[in-house]
Amino acid sequence: MATGKASRGLARFALLVALAMVLSWLESMVPLSLAVPGVKMGLANLVVIFALYNLGPRQAAVISLVRVLLVTFTFGNAFSFAYSLAGAALSLLVMLLLRKTGKFSLLGVSIAGGVCHNIGQILVAMAVLGTTDLIWYLPALLVAGTVAGVCIGAAGALITARVKL
Amino acid sequence: MKGHRNDWLLAVGVLVLAAALWFLLRPGGEGGWVVVTVDGTEVGRYALEEERTVTIGEEDYNVLEITGGRAAVTEANCGDHTCVHTGWISREGETIVCLPHRLVVRIEGASGGLDAVAR
Repeated sequence: MATGKASRGLARFALLVALAMVLSWLESMVPLSLAVPGVKMGLANLVVIFALYNLGPRQAAVISLVRVLLVTFTFGNAFSFAYSLAGAALSLLVMLLLRKTGKFSLLGVSIAGGVCHNIGQILVAMAVLGTTDLIWYLPALLVAGTVAGVCIGAAGALITARVKL
Repeated sequence: MKGHRNDWLLAVGVLVLAAALWFLLRPGGEGGWVVVTVDGTEVGRYALEEERTVTIGEEDYNVLEITGGRAAVTEANCGDHTCVHTGWISREGETIVCLPHRLVVRIEGASGGLDAVAR
């Protein structure tokens, strides 16, 4: 029975990684270009949040990292890797910390995740381009991150309440 | 629903921060120069009032158009076209960014141009 359980865990993990990747791909097909570099819906974060609340921090972190790697190999390059990794890592870190405080529900955690994803990306972009001019986009990115976080958080709460693993 | 109060406070806090930053960072006065950097290195500096069309880069290119005291990237072969969607800029501090090509087009004030001429 032990092997059955391990296989099920692996299958579930692979399924979530695939789902996160498909969502990333879907997002790249629908350019939500609002004249601000780095604005994204962050659909893949839905999977990361689901994993965070249902499987625990370690699984969520691994899923997030594997997704970034796969998306980079498939669609990206060294620079897009740096942006994605910084966004995903900062977002995950803050979501873990916020969840640990126990003062926020999934919605708040998701909002923080969306906002920090954008902050991480813009910081790396500033480092890569060697310019602080990009700070000009920060207000728009904060608003966009909040809106995305609310949407993803609302969807994530519904899914977490209904889907039992 | 008690748990949701902190969530919304967080959202409002971020939005207030965004509004404050927007107020602090809003574009300054009249622009005088269009400064183009790629990978953090300045590759061009053009007067805003001179009409001109420049193509930056070859394989990865962005077409910069300066006309009527404004500048815009009107064509590019990057993936997301964020630079083209940004549209026209003319005020000091305004920027157009093309992340895939690591290009920044920035407007500088008229005074910055004097140094450039002196050089």
